[in-house]
Amino acid sequence: MDMTQEPAAAVLQLGYAEAAVLAVQREMDADPRVVVLGEDVGRGGIFGQYKGLQQRFGAERVIDTPISEAAIMGAGVGMALAGLRPVVEMRVVDFALCGMDELVNQAAKNRFMFGGQGRVPLVARMPGGIWDASAAQHSQSLEAWFAHLPGVVVVCPSTPQDNYSLLRAALQCGDPVVYIEHKTLWGARGPVDESLAVPLGKAARRRRGDALTLVSWGRQVQVCDAACDTLAAEGIEVDLIDLRTLWPWDREAVLASCGRTGRLLVVHEAVQAAGFGAEIAASAAEATGCRVARLGAPRIPVGYAPVLEAQSRVGTGQIASAARKLLG
Amino acid sequence: MDPEISAPERLALYRTMVRIRAFENAAEAASQGGVSAYGQEAAGAAKVRGPLHLSTGQEAVPAGVCAHLSHADYLTSTHRGHGHTLAKGADLGRMMAELFGKASGFNGGKGGSMHIADFSVGMLGANGVVAAGLPIAVGAAHAQKLQKKDAITVCFFGDGAINRGPFLESLNWARVYQLPVLFVCEDNRWSATTASGPMTAGDGASARAAAMDIAATQVDGNEVFEVHAAARRLVAEVRAGRGPRLLHALTYRVKGHVSVDPAAYRDPAELAAALETDPIARARARLAAGGIDAAALAAIENEAQAEVEAALAAADAAPWPEAGAAFTDVQTTGAGQWT
Repeated sequence: MDMTQEPAAAVLQLGYAEAAVLAVQREMDADPRVVVLGEDVGRGGIFGQYKGLQQRFGAERVIDTPISEAAIMGAGVGMALAGLRPVVEMRVVDFALCGMDELVNQAAKNRFMFGGQGRVPLVARMPGGIWDASAAQHSQSLEAWFAHLPGVVVVCPSTPQDNYSLLRAALQCGDPVVYIEHKTLWGARGPVDESLAVPLGKAARRRRGDALTLVSWGRQVQVCDAACDTLAAEGIEVDLIDLRTLWPWDREAVLASCGRTGRLLVVHEAVQAAGFGAEIAASAAEATGCRVARLGAPRIPVGYAPVLEAQSRVGTGQIASAARKLLG
Repeated sequence: MDPEISAPERLALYRTMVRIRAFENAAEAASQGGVSAYGQEAAGAAKVRGPLHLSTGQEAVPAGVCAHLSHADYLTSTHRGHGHTLAKGADLGRMMAELFGKASGFNGGKGGSMHIADFSVGMLGANGVVAAGLPIAVGAAHAQKLQKKDAITVCFFGDGAINRGPFLESLNWARVYQLPVLFVCEDNRWSATTASGPMTAGDGASARAAAMDIAATQVDGNEVFEVHAAARRLVAEVRAGRGPRLLHALTYRVKGHVSVDPAAYRDPAELAAALETDPIARARARLAAGGIDAAALAAIENEAQAEVEAALAAADAAPWPEAGAAFTDVQTTGAGQWT
């Protein structure tokens, strides 16, 4: 949509959830085809990420649904084919698994399989990542599953600004989008410039340095940033890239940085084995010959007790160690 | 016979069934050796390759239901969807071309039999996943309601589908929001190579619909005029905004699960009994008894056969898709980035 048609843009201080509410509100104001459907959305969603939208737009456009993930996702596909642009709420990525046929075999395949007869402009919000003390079924990072899936866009915003701008971009793009907010970023505050458009597929450089390229996304970017403080104190300046969109991923930005630094470390909250970090590391090594390393969680379910949960977290110490090792 | 149905309408129903039968007979012949299954090797020479699910013997259900629909109405189908697609008004030639995998097919050769679709007539697609059409159908109907359209959605599924979760989720959804959707259970008694009865608790689709306060009507699915009459009433109720309805049509899958499946697991007596209730033979007898000239019926049959033969020849002669088409219509965002 044309951003210039909006009221004079202000830079607001918003939380990550508030930024998402504003993004959906702006899109619903601009486009009557946008609807929201999912559990508890009328009350604002369990994270407040739909707060006030039903009051503003009514129960016909912000639709409270039964606990029926297959029907929520599948109805989203049917609505999209019939001309709407649904925001499909899955509560958490772990529950989205109950709607996988509808996402993988239907939403992602529809356009190609039917020879381009239809489009499925659908944004499936499925918050991911470790949610403190929530154990194995509420703490997964499954973005690599979806990055592996032709037909969908995969977004993992890390800041309020990106959540605002990327959610709007996702709603405008016309493709099925897997939109993975982080379960523990909802209260994170930051500036949100309403006029700022962030295109899908463009990474953001969070720090500039020449020693090493560090690529991450989602909440893990914050952890990486803290690790970069430690490294900076040692005189190691890191090029920190927030990927923001996993598919299509910003190959140009990552490869340019790797070409300059000669070293790449990819860090993610997801399990390291067969993670998306492996894809980026392999691509960078093939294209630039740089040295690469990956760092993710061990391949274990996330445990409940603090000491168990901690085994699945990738902390600043590990990141700094991996960076030093790569430089050594 | 239903007094509300005119002679031209009766002949139209007969024509729809005969065209479906002729299309599927031809596709079946062209598919032998097209897939390795049931102990057979793929021959490679088959024109119709891969799994081909035939609805032979079930033609009365789509014919009777779709006679009440316009192109503005949506339809979702199953893996056994040739009849639904033809009855909804899709072009037979482009369907055959799709089965041949040719560029001129509805999907440009990207879908084949299991994914036949013609969005231009409201046919939103056959589906390779059992029960997958149900949630899509309620979503389409939900959109129609929000858009305040007069149109409705018809959702075909089989008896096997009622044992999948999306069946329950979708019926509940349709009733909760009072959506304009007609569910049609084409009960052909078989779930792939397993009889559905022993795998299904309770009394089937109608009983499950009743449990969710959706009015259900059971009908002999091999009597096209009965299907037509029941569907007329149900479609009118759905169109009037009275919420979802379910039509439970009892029929029989005459062929195997796929075209190369000889269905040797089945009691021959069961098949023989079913063949006695063939919907086309029954309709023909009723039409003849009603005074329709035998020559008129033969003309319909000959026209269908000629149409199918022309479709076969055209599909055979049509070009394959360009290899580059494998890279089109995947997604817009990130198009061109394949690795």
